[in-house]
Amino acid sequence: MHALIQGVILGVLTAGVFALMASGQTLIFGIMKVVNLAQGAMVILGAYLSYQLFTSFGLDPFLAIPVTTVIMFALGVAVQWLFLRPLKKDDRSELSLLITFAVALLIEGVMSITWHTTYRSINTGYANSSWSLFGYQITLVRLWAFLLSLAALGLLYLLLNHTRFGRAVRATVQNPESAKLLGIEADRVSALGFGLGAATAAAAGSVYGLLYPFNSGSHYDLISKLLSIVILGGLGSVGGAVLGAVIVSTSSAVVAATISPAWSEMTFFVILIAILLVRPQGIFGTTVRGAL
Amino acid sequence: MTRLRGAGPIAFFAVLASLPSFNLAHWTINLLIFTLMFAVMSSAWNLVGGFAGYPSLGHAAFFGIGAYAEALWFSHHPVSSGYEPFLLLPAIGLLAVVIGLPVGAVAMRTRTDVFAIVTITLLFVVQGLAFNLHGITGGSQGLAIPPAPFPAATYDRPFYYVLVGLLALAMAVTFAAMRSKVGLSLAALRGDEDKARGIGIRVTGVKLLAFAVSVGLTAMVGAVWAYYEGFIYPQFAVDPLITIAMVLMTFLGGRATLWGPVLGAFILESAQQYLAYQLGGSQVYLIAYALVFLLIMLLLPRGILPTVQDQIRRRRRRQALDSGSPTLTQPANAAATAGGGQA
Repeated sequence: MHALIQGVILGVLTAGVFALMASGQTLIFGIMKVVNLAQGAMVILGAYLSYQLFTSFGLDPFLAIPVTTVIMFALGVAVQWLFLRPLKKDDRSELSLLITFAVALLIEGVMSITWHTTYRSINTGYANSSWSLFGYQITLVRLWAFLLSLAALGLLYLLLNHTRFGRAVRATVQNPESAKLLGIEADRVSALGFGLGAATAAAAGSVYGLLYPFNSGSHYDLISKLLSIVILGGLGSVGGAVLGAVIVSTSSAVVAATISPAWSEMTFFVILIAILLVRPQGIFGTTVRGAL
Repeated sequence: MTRLRGAGPIAFFAVLASLPSFNLAHWTINLLIFTLMFAVMSSAWNLVGGFAGYPSLGHAAFFGIGAYAEALWFSHHPVSSGYEPFLLLPAIGLLAVVIGLPVGAVAMRTRTDVFAIVTITLLFVVQGLAFNLHGITGGSQGLAIPPAPFPAATYDRPFYYVLVGLLALAMAVTFAAMRSKVGLSLAALRGDEDKARGIGIRVTGVKLLAFAVSVGLTAMVGAVWAYYEGFIYPQFAVDPLITIAMVLMTFLGGRATLWGPVLGAFILESAQQYLAYQLGGSQVYLIAYALVFLLIMLLLPRGILPTVQDQIRRRRRRQALDSGSPTLTQPANAAATAGGGQA
């Protein structure tokens, strides 16, 4: 029982960072109908950037976030502009899968040349301190990571719901044709949207680097988990991504605590299959638009 | 034109079959073996990803299943003549079909993007299983298959001929599918699955059939690969790059064509080996590979064969118009040959 509750606590705290990664992923899909297979690689790149800032300048990963998000935002805009914009509309969804995969390989290659393939971790002074609450361990880093992810998600929510740009994004998600008719520039919204997705990946990457050791190949572990989360929640739904992250990361933490860590990575697949059998469009997904 | 229809494939396979008798250097036949492996797998992928329009990113999972099935069987059974592992291939294909049917039934409830995601997740799960089921798969230590007792000088030949056979099988299946109701049904469901269902096509049956045949062929290649390599490890037996290679080769050559995947495999596998040889370290190679990949997708999104066919068709039409012949026969002729070129 103790292990179970400890697992739930750990799962919920970890869910924050995955919710952040997945919200970027689902946002990109919502705007462009592009499944971004490079999201995992962008997260790891974000982690490396904040690792570099920490080792070279002693900048705390939490404080590095404003820097890394800006860099990654620019990178996201560039990727969209160079590789995704030229695609024709009819085969965009299929080709974009392959293109984003190629981008992931490209990022992986660049990372393994720059930082080699040895595992890195960001060891801050507070990396190992933890609180004890009613006999349960709460690692300080995880708590901060959780709070920070919540804050970033909150910012994303404000951006989407209370700015002109957010309105344009939501209009494009709901109906791209009408959005165009209303004078919203689809290309610009797509580019900024992809940049925003990359920026959330960067923020999540800084946090991820604090929680786990990583190397250039780590994005393979991330991508299947991220994709399960966004399908679970319903592609294109940010709320769904958050809920999906909580479900996936809690259940895998519980399996890790009660059965074996080796099997925890499989948990999300079982959940994914179960969801697909009952509700192929995901929890918050709709059948009205998109590929589903 | 019609007279020569069968000549292309016959000539192609005659050349393939006679290649080893030229005493090629070891690296050449090694390259050919890997090219053939990918030609078979791309043709297999084409059935699902090209004809049915379901871009599976999980085929490497079945490659791995085939590899592990072969390795597991021969870690308990002796290899005496060296040909037993090849005789096991049909059983391995069947095993993959049996596993593939329920997997396909679940995964194919989703379409394009989501299908791709579900299948790539499957790939990572199978890789995870290969790592975690120590008792069966040996975990990260891998499994060994006893080496074949073939003479060193012609060691590669049996593998080569088996792969030529598999390629013939894959292309025959593709050709049969294109010429039958199955191919028409696949084309219909690729165009619009709901409408296809509406006009009475057995959508689920047809797409599952394509998936099952496709993963069966893929698993057989996996088994040959395992035997050829002698040692298998989870990260190489279930490798996302294998899936991506199949997809990329099919896209390069041309989706939903008979020769596209084969052409793609011959071009890309040679290019890949060349890049790997020239650039050595896997990191630079990965970047070069990704750049080639991006260029193909951006410059030739429809693939070589469909693009070339379009060009020929357009030129013929223009010639027919330029000649200014008032008779109706010429444009009709041009249209007929253009139509013939498509097959």
